[in-house]
Amino acid sequence: MSPLAKLLEAALFASARPIPTDELAALDPEASPAAVASALDELREHYDTDGHGVELADVGGGWQILTRAEFTETIERAQLAVRPARLSAAALETLAIIAYRQPIGRAEIEEIRGVNVGAVVRGLTERGLIEVTSRGEGIGRPLLYGTTPLFLEHFALRHLDELPRADEFAVALRAEPRPM
Amino acid sequence: MTGAIAPDAGDRGDAPAGFLIELPEYAGPLDLLLALIRDERLDIYDIPIARICAQFVERIHALGLNEAADYLEMAARLLRIKVQLLLPRSEGEDSWDDPRAELVRRLLEYQQIREAVDVLDRLGEDRRNRFARAYLPVAGAPPVAPLAMSLVELFAAVDRVLRVAKTPAVHDVIPRALDVDSAIATVRAVLALRQRAQWSDVLRAQAEPWEVLSTLIALLELARRGELRIFQPRPFAAVEIARESTGEAA
Repeated sequence: MSPLAKLLEAALFASARPIPTDELAALDPEASPAAVASALDELREHYDTDGHGVELADVGGGWQILTRAEFTETIERAQLAVRPARLSAAALETLAIIAYRQPIGRAEIEEIRGVNVGAVVRGLTERGLIEVTSRGEGIGRPLLYGTTPLFLEHFALRHLDELPRADEFAVALRAEPRPM
Repeated sequence: MTGAIAPDAGDRGDAPAGFLIELPEYAGPLDLLLALIRDERLDIYDIPIARICAQFVERIHALGLNEAADYLEMAARLLRIKVQLLLPRSEGEDSWDDPRAELVRRLLEYQQIREAVDVLDRLGEDRRNRFARAYLPVAGAPPVAPLAMSLVELFAAVDRVLRVAKTPAVHDVIPRALDVDSAIATVRAVLALRQRAQWSDVLRAQAEPWEVLSTLIALLELARRGELRIFQPRPFAAVEIARESTGEAA
């Protein structure tokens, strides 16, 4: 590996958080952005082709060394690391609505989901995935919710724009054949 | 999951009682409705309301959901749509709004969210199944060990300190008013003559503390008003005071 790739590896190993590309570039003032990009490629290649238990991942907000999914069960069984709890269907549904319609108030979420979402919204707020971003117009100036940076990290997104656009979803029911 | 205010909680051992809102099977009434439409292979734009309503009610009975307000509300909504469909409409009326339109709109919107859920679920699981390096913050310095000394040693130490210590000087603190106005005048006068100055230029040698404070406040005040700029050319260098050329005009 090139000295730059080794430097990046060391920095990624030492860091507790994903490191954005520009911060990686700042490690070596003489390295051009292209050199940093190719060093990252080199490191990823190194992990992938030489057969390592970890991989280089481009996750929310930057680069991070992650264990490969195939070892997760074993590591968790040995209680060396524990996965965060999986989000419930109700939580995911509420989160999806907030992610696509933010800023959005509780009443609108309930209108779309057809159920009361008070407890779910509270739970998501406590987990730090959503937060109150503003207050809406109208009676009582309702609290409006939006997603947090932790949301991006949770779903390994760099930016909200990485989510498929709502109009890209093929609404399956439209394609459903008429009854015979 | 949420079992709030359940009037008959515990009456039935098996079926979930009360206002059960979250089910493993369905995320809500719209989800159940969509499942029915899918199972029956119905056209969402031409839903046979009576049939779907009957099946909806049957399904919530089977699931022990009779008391779930959200599901009941949907059942009521379906009945209302059916009633509206049965109402006679005047002949030749073009602008008839299908009472099912609102339901169709909500179902499509909900279906779209379900697809977003699939995307998020996939992304979330993908990330959840890979561990980042576990990180523990660096531990702080270990606590100082408790002082171990005998009473005799303590007395000896106190004695030593008392012998060395002189009689404490007692100060009388006299409040002295600051004179910021004349300090401002001094700074202005200095800057009128030269573009740049230093701290030592606007303060006489051997200045009293009240003079130092007055000058400091004067400098900050003038900087706030935009008459001068205070800066440090490089770390640890002497602080420089420069006349702000635009300040005078403003």
